[in-house]
Amino acid sequence: MLRPQARRAIGRVSLSRRLSSQVPATAKMTMFAAINDAMRVALATDPRAVVFGEDVAFGGVFRCTMGLLEEFGKERVLNMPINEQGLVGFGIGMAAVGGTAIAEVQFADYIFPAMDQICNEAAKFRYRSGGEFDVGGLTIRAPANAVGHGGHYHSQSPEAYFAHTPGLKVVYPRDAITAKGLLLACIRDRNPCIFFEPKVLYRSSVQEVPTGDFMLPLGKAEVLTEGSDITLVAWGAQVHVMLKAAARAAEEGISVECIDLATILPWDMHTIRDSVRKTGRLVVTHEAPLTAGFGAEICATIQTHCFDSLEAPIARVCGADTPFPLALEKLYLPDELKVYDAIKQAVSY
Amino acid sequence: MLRRAAAPRAAAAARRALSTYPPYAEPAAFDGAKRVEFDVPYELHQLSSAPASFTYVSKAELLDYYTQMYKMRRMEIASDTLYKGKFVKGFCHLYDGQEAICVGMEAACTKKDPSSGKLTNALTGGESLDSLVTSYRDHCHQVARGDTVEAVLSELLGKYKGCAKGKGGSMHMYRANANFFGGNGIVGAQAPIGAGLAFAHKYKEDGGVAFTLYGDGAANQGQLYEAMNMAALWKLPVVFVCENNQYGMGTSKGRSSANSDYYTRGHYIPGIKVDGMNVLNVREATRFAKLHALHNGPLVMEMDTYRYHGHSMSDPGITYRNRDEVASVRKARDPVERAKRYLLELEFATAAELKEVEVAVRSEVDAAVEAAKANELPPAHELYEDIYVGQTKEFFMRGCDMSASRGVYGTTK
Ligand SMILES: Cc1ncc(C[n+]2csc(CCOP(=O)(O)OP(=O)(O)O)c2C)c(N)n1
Ligand SMILES: [Mg+2]
Repeated sequence: MLRPQARRAIGRVSLSRRLSSQVPATAKMTMFAAINDAMRVALATDPRAVVFGEDVAFGGVFRCTMGLLEEFGKERVLNMPINEQGLVGFGIGMAAVGGTAIAEVQFADYIFPAMDQICNEAAKFRYRSGGEFDVGGLTIRAPANAVGHGGHYHSQSPEAYFAHTPGLKVVYPRDAITAKGLLLACIRDRNPCIFFEPKVLYRSSVQEVPTGDFMLPLGKAEVLTEGSDITLVAWGAQVHVMLKAAARAAEEGISVECIDLATILPWDMHTIRDSVRKTGRLVVTHEAPLTAGFGAEICATIQTHCFDSLEAPIARVCGADTPFPLALEKLYLPDELKVYDAIKQAVSY
Repeated sequence: MLRRAAAPRAAAAARRALSTYPPYAEPAAFDGAKRVEFDVPYELHQLSSAPASFTYVSKAELLDYYTQMYKMRRMEIASDTLYKGKFVKGFCHLYDGQEAICVGMEAACTKKDPSSGKLTNALTGGESLDSLVTSYRDHCHQVARGDTVEAVLSELLGKYKGCAKGKGGSMHMYRANANFFGGNGIVGAQAPIGAGLAFAHKYKEDGGVAFTLYGDGAANQGQLYEAMNMAALWKLPVVFVCENNQYGMGTSKGRSSANSDYYTRGHYIPGIKVDGMNVLNVREATRFAKLHALHNGPLVMEMDTYRYHGHSMSDPGITYRNRDEVASVRKARDPVERAKRYLLELEFATAAELKEVEVAVRSEVDAAVEAAKANELPPAHELYEDIYVGQTKEFFMRGCDMSASRGVYGTTK
């Protein structure tokens, strides 16, 4: 449960968004329904759009593509054989001639067989052809993050591997609303995008989501709660852990500014820099292992830009440097208490 | 260890090992054995010879196979119950319906007697010389390779006494002393690994072959074809075993595969399709396949089979196929019932004798369930062990120190 402060803050954010986008109609949706809705809008508004992946014609493992086959036909909603490298390459070819290729990789853990096509082909298509070609119409969706029992191959958060590859965009929603807005933005963005969906939120995140056409900007972090003592940064499912830790700290009078990074690449350095210049403290938290996780990039950049403002060493609260474990997942994960502890350490430094 | 049998004495031993494998010949009658004719013909691809369509089997052998298969069936049913009772940690893929494959194959594999080093084909006792690598659907292969039901169930429950210390779970069971290289979570990843295992057998000249198992869905992963090419180039002793259970998750084979005659998909590699629901037929075909691999190089062996459960426990398994289809396979082709019928028809056992076997197996599985439940969870330090060899105190896995201090979350260490 979110503490009142966090809840109020989230309410404020969605209210301001609603006002800025001409008061769109909303409907109550789970995150998987919101993702489904984004793809439905993409298919309906773009005749070149095609959705494909393993079992997607049946709705997919997480029901995100339910009903799309029935509505748009089997020429536009394709069940792929089990071949991740092949299916991503297929999407690249489609996108190279201007198609809108919306690929699903069943779990982010299965994206590795497609790594070559993503990092060597999709990411470099524009650069190596001197701008003659691009595969901007490619979007790859993949469920990521922990679920409590996923073990080694249903839990990983591989964003840092892709953040190391210029030419890609890497995006993480935190709830149903952001899932819809960011996914549609990825689909329409003219760069290959990887969209990691926190699988633990598919059913648990239920919100009033704008219906119809609705996009949120890529490359933009979002300040969820304003505060003056310390800045916290997270993305994906970890946003909720961050908010709970912040609420716990708030009860002790610590004023925490919580930021959802949302886009990992290219990341919104300015929003974090401005926040840390104000608070003087930073904790970055993510599920992926500590070493060379994307938090490292944030810490290194922020210490350069905010050195004079820092009141405490920048801390990271991350997954351990182990394979994602089946046993002892709780120990591995950067939970609320670990984040809270890091907040306390930073403010009492 | 990949050590070539280079010393003269070792080389001679290896030649002796190979000489225990004359080219395939039809099964011969032996004392106490009865002849069994198979009822499904093989399909062949680029093969000029085929395994026999009959075999001889003794009472001891058949009773052994039946006992193993019945035990596996009970174990998978127990796993289902444990999963539904929320005891199982993680994903869980069951093998019921496919038991004849792992038992029949194992019966044709070569065992090394641990004390004398002699090679035999006994199903139980001894350690397998032939290597085996498979997908996540691995519970029964672990048992076929000699592990206990308790070790398998404990692993499912994430217990320290499980075959991978509770760290692997349902999809990752291993048995090094029986050359079982385990379950793989990534579909198709085991195919090239099998080619490497086969190369090692060839290099060591130990007379072993590698069996690499994959599903009808996995048959569309590119890695498989990379592996087949390597295997054919170097005539590696490897058998690519396609466990065709008709579905890859919710997708039937015809929807995923342009050619669902998987035994032909090695193209330049010969292939054979086998009734995977008949343990004796699987045994005979595997005996042929092993010798083919040793003498001629790789072979594709498609096992025609069926999975009763859904893909994993979260799949009810009846949205993309109907209950009648499952029921009709159970009725007409069930591999456990099949073995039982053989025992009765050949008059190797009476119904009452089999009942005794079943009661004993049931109580073994029940006891294993209770033991697995009672076993301990892995201790916290297991989170950061088995990552590198020779991990010392100084070799610190960052983020693993749970004490509350500044460096805990990686700011200083
Ligand atoms: C690279 C990869 N892609 C997708 C998956 C998800 N997945 C797990 S099993 C499976 C179906 C495999 O079907 P098949 O090869 O026929 O084996 P079966 O489950 O029938 O034994 C899929 C798609 C995975 N584990 N790894
Ligand atoms: Mg299958």
